[in-house]
Amino acid sequence: MLSGWEIFLEAAIKVVAIFIMLLVTVILLVWIERKVVADMQNRIGPSRAGPFGILQTVADGTKLLFKESMTPRKVDFPLYIIAPIAALVPALLIFLVVPIGRPFHIGDRLITLQGTDLNIAVLYFLALSSLAVYAVVLAGWSSGSKYPLLGAVRASAQMISYEAAMGLALVPVIIFTGTTSMSGIVESQAGDWLGFLGVWNVVLIPSFVVFFVAGVAETNRAPFDLVEAESEIVGGYHTEYSGFRFALFFLAEYINIFNISALTVTLFLGGWAGPDFGTPAAISWIFPIFWFFLKTLGLVFVFVWIRASLPRMRYDQLMAFGWKRMIPLSLIWIVLSTLAIGVRRFGLPWS
Amino acid sequence: MGWFSDMLGPFSGFATTFRQMFKPRVTIQYPKEMRTKPQRFHGRHVLNRYSDGMEKCIGCELCAGVCPARCIYVRGADNPPDEPVSPGERFGFVYEINMLRCIFCALCVEACPTEAITMTHLFEMSVTERADAIYTKDELLVDVDGTPRHPQPDGPLIDIGELKLGDGWMRATSPSGRAAYEGVVAWTASATAGLRPPEQGQSGDREPVTIDPEEPDATEDVTWEEPAAVADGGAGDAAAAADAADTGPEAVTEDESS
Repeated sequence: MLSGWEIFLEAAIKVVAIFIMLLVTVILLVWIERKVVADMQNRIGPSRAGPFGILQTVADGTKLLFKESMTPRKVDFPLYIIAPIAALVPALLIFLVVPIGRPFHIGDRLITLQGTDLNIAVLYFLALSSLAVYAVVLAGWSSGSKYPLLGAVRASAQMISYEAAMGLALVPVIIFTGTTSMSGIVESQAGDWLGFLGVWNVVLIPSFVVFFVAGVAETNRAPFDLVEAESEIVGGYHTEYSGFRFALFFLAEYINIFNISALTVTLFLGGWAGPDFGTPAAISWIFPIFWFFLKTLGLVFVFVWIRASLPRMRYDQLMAFGWKRMIPLSLIWIVLSTLAIGVRRFGLPWS
Repeated sequence: MGWFSDMLGPFSGFATTFRQMFKPRVTIQYPKEMRTKPQRFHGRHVLNRYSDGMEKCIGCELCAGVCPARCIYVRGADNPPDEPVSPGERFGFVYEINMLRCIFCALCVEACPTEAITMTHLFEMSVTERADAIYTKDELLVDVDGTPRHPQPDGPLIDIGELKLGDGWMRATSPSGRAAYEGVVAWTASATAGLRPPEQGQSGDREPVTIDPEEPDATEDVTWEEPAAVADGGAGDAAAAADAADTGPEAVTEDESS
């Protein structure tokens, strides 16, 4: 029988571990992004701090910590302070439901390598990613300045539009796997195909594409970075933020990139499922974690690749793309995939 | 298949960016690796000496007059008769260049009748106080043995050896402005660099033709005679200059591998 403090201890350890992992990952992520973009632009990128400049983000973060957090005169102070926190908290919370490895036993207790195995994890993710919009809108509104406000207005329209496409893209996954629990979705994708490939949900390719594109838009990344388009509206919603408050926004943005990549991997690319080459249990536990991070970093690379390749979209194009392409595509695909799944399960209606 | 390639058109940029990842970088990591400077690089100035130790500057202030940035201040003084500083009547008593104003155009080098001021390849001259950027004769004038001086010590960033690499101005322009003089050593030997060879690429190996000193422009194809005209007008010691070609410090080679 589990005592209360054991449950509390397990949860506390997991939460702290995930928090630390996310922070370390963000440090790597920023470095990877800067290096890859530099490579794609024939530059060298950060190379001074640490080997290959890998500590550059640590240096930048330390600098931001020590910088003055200036408060403009016209801000709505309570909201102005809440906004960066409201940006970071959902970003941190989303990752709690992502399984990063195979569950294992300590004694007779099952330990899952995820914050909590929520049975409504997909809904939980959608709810929290909607909350992220509030941070941007609050930051833009409370700054009392025109560029943040413009950024916030853009953000509210853009993020809500793509939220719809993203939610619709998840429906075929739920119908296909029959569960909204992340661990359930990963397990349904386990198994071999051609001996080594997992039976991933890649069969739902349109959903995968729509989800990932909407994810890029949700994180306000190029080519959907109108929210913080530096050439048009300075920094967008975080123009008036400096010091550690700005660092929180920055942190949230990169954690969100990692979240979207991790969720795409979990929902479509088999999560931690992958070959462990028949190694003994003492070693084989490391393979799921390895595959998870490999796939996630692969998608992060795609994020950066997109940023280096595509110019920013015009605003009407952005809206037209969201409403006239992504959402109809998702809807049609929901109908088609539902029909296909129905036929597979119940046979043709006339048979 | 036209519609298919049309559809993929917007994605061709991805191939481009991906290809760039494997191309060589063009960045030079400056303090660690330095480019070879062009031969005619305009760095900071030095004031030269003849190889017998005499200063070349005669205090004529032509450099100060021609300077478009007005960064040169010169005050001449009469040479002390028993211990002359320069071969002529006067010498540069005060010589200052404000390096913050200097635009490194080398017009002073062109104006100088005695080749006293030349430019070098050193450009690392950062200072922490504005007053330090005004170079006086202490910093500009080379030592008697030809060693140039610099306010900052020799180091990985500041290569004092570059101060011995002269500028290309004098070698790039023939003495009379006539192309016929190309390939001719038109440089007075100095304690810094000795007698420099003609600039690379100029046809120094042509068949020599003697010029008529009275009518130099009349000759089509000319070579250099011992410069009587320079000895007369420039107050320079022609014999010393000629000797320096043999006895002066080792000439700096054209190879700028510093």
